[in-house]
Amino acid sequence: MPWDEGLVNSLVYDAPSPSEGRVLPYPKAVNEALDIALGRDERVFVLGQGVDDPSAMFGCTRGLKEKYGAERVYDTPVAEESMMGVTTGAAMNGMRPVFMHNRPDFILLAFNQLVNHASKMHYMDNGKTTVPMVVWAAIGRGWGSGAQHSQAIQGLLLGVPGLKIVMPSTPHDAKGLLLSAIADDNPVLVFEHRWLMKKDGVVPEAHYAVPLGKGIYRRRGTRLTIAGASHAIELAQQAANKLAAEGIDCEVIDLRTVKPLDQAILEESLAKTGRLLVVDTAWMMGGVCAEIGCLAAEKWFHLLKGPVRRVGLPDVPSPAGYALEQLYYPNVERIAAVIREMCR
Amino acid sequence: MHKYEGRGMQSLGSHDHAFCAELFRRMLRIRRIEEEIERRYHQDQMKTPIHLVIGQEATAVGCCAALRPTDLAYSSHRTHGVYLAKGGDLRGMLCEMHCRANGCAGSRGGSMHLIDFSVGMAGTSAIVAGSVPLATGAALAAKMQRADRVIVVFFGEAATEEGVVSECLNFAALKKLPIVFFCENNFYSVQSPMAPRQAPRELDRWAHAHAMPAVRIDGMNVLDVFDAAKQAAARAKKGEGPTFIEARVYRYRAHGGAGDDSKTGYRPVAEREAWEKLCPVEGIYALLKGVDRRAMEQEIQREILEAFEHALSSADPTEADLYRHVYAVG
Repeated sequence: MPWDEGLVNSLVYDAPSPSEGRVLPYPKAVNEALDIALGRDERVFVLGQGVDDPSAMFGCTRGLKEKYGAERVYDTPVAEESMMGVTTGAAMNGMRPVFMHNRPDFILLAFNQLVNHASKMHYMDNGKTTVPMVVWAAIGRGWGSGAQHSQAIQGLLLGVPGLKIVMPSTPHDAKGLLLSAIADDNPVLVFEHRWLMKKDGVVPEAHYAVPLGKGIYRRRGTRLTIAGASHAIELAQQAANKLAAEGIDCEVIDLRTVKPLDQAILEESLAKTGRLLVVDTAWMMGGVCAEIGCLAAEKWFHLLKGPVRRVGLPDVPSPAGYALEQLYYPNVERIAAVIREMCR
Repeated sequence: MHKYEGRGMQSLGSHDHAFCAELFRRMLRIRRIEEEIERRYHQDQMKTPIHLVIGQEATAVGCCAALRPTDLAYSSHRTHGVYLAKGGDLRGMLCEMHCRANGCAGSRGGSMHLIDFSVGMAGTSAIVAGSVPLATGAALAAKMQRADRVIVVFFGEAATEEGVVSECLNFAALKKLPIVFFCENNFYSVQSPMAPRQAPRELDRWAHAHAMPAVRIDGMNVLDVFDAAKQAAARAKKGEGPTFIEARVYRYRAHGGAGDDSKTGYRPVAEREAWEKLCPVEGIYALLKGVDRRAMEQEIQREILEAFEHALSSADPTEADLYRHVYAVG
């Protein structure tokens, strides 16, 4: 059993109603997307440290090697930079690799190939090559993961032209967004969240695509707009549900991809509510929260009734100890408290 | 003092005379192109860094002569020689260096990113060792696609100091990839000599430890280069995996820009002068018979002047070009 399984097992999500369709656990939805992509397109292959081990990347890759063979689903050397470059080179030459990492922290070893090469080869080649690759990783919050095993690095990559960044929050989106990412002709980062792996959801069995760059309303409201993605928007929804009982009616926008960013849905919602709270799983400084806050100040100032607020991580590395983690990470209560302040 | 350890150009061996004359022509052409770039560089029409290959023509020409157009070459920042030897379009190269819209990379690459996919000049990187994993990935794709394609990646000896090259040697050997790792050891990284950078290790033995054949050859001898590359390419084609070639070479000019900078003291002037006597272009010429050099020089000169004229009269890119191809559509 992976070392953080205990924590993840303790999480409780509202069970979806089977009357709405087939219910799948989150990792099974990811697994199904990979299975479909491997089955539909022989250019697709899956690589990464441990993708064929007994843990099978939280179960996301289980059974794929048996089904598609060791040439298309395989473990790699512990060599992040070269493997990112190999993935890029293969993508430039007609393949569609899915390069999986247990944690985003390990992608930091491969920034040279990701940022200096994969993201800009299409541009540097004047459009002659494309780099259709997916880089997947699951953010690991809590359980003492600490400063080097729980980082959310989307903010570091947000400013890199040529990349796309996907952050699903439901099993349905995990499957549909991953299928879109694999079909996309650009390098796409998919950041999952470890804490969402215990979430069940309604997932259609067939192939379907959730488009990149399109947000979705998770809840309609009039008092305030909450925008974010991944586990942050899951917490925000729980906060919004709680506040509904207090008469605070929030609109919740799941961005689903933070790059490209669905500016239209943000503007549409802000025109109605005039108040914006941005939530993120990562540091507030210089990241998704900061960028959306800046967009609001630059483009939608006339719509705002009050200051934009952010709930993300402070400008502090992730601590390892339990007590410090409780102080460090946002929770439903903390998000609710900020919303109450904003609606006072 | 880095001494030449080769045997010199003794004979053409069993190589066909006409083939050797063609190798000479290709090297001479690269030399003359480089000299013309160097001569014009201070006019500032080429607003791009340059890394001249004068002195290092034999590695690119000898190796690429062992490849087919469908085989792929990847290179480092010192790209001119490999690009031209692989058959890259001279006009496209000079337009790129003059920052024109019709440059081989649409003016997004500059001199360090010369590409021509029509002849298999597939990629470069201005980051030391940056193209080594890209080439390894290209070899992985060739293997997965069961394609009859060999990949060669050129890099300098300093790249072997980057961990990623060791990672790639391991992966290529592990997967038996159809790739040739071609290390051009010219002893200097910018103005840093080998001694403060590398322990006195043998690069061929280091590469060999990654479970692949590794040879050290005379990079000033185009025929030695050709023979080694041909053997390595044949091995790759047969599915037997990668080969590492260390070719000892010498650049006669500065790391970047026009002219030589030996007088600044980072390398002995006498060292450069000694290596200049080993000129790979003149070395093979001395063994050839009946080559009409004058006609060859005139033809090369005509081509070069025409290509410069074309570059100088080509149009600059526009604002619309700036925003094109950030993302692939589809």
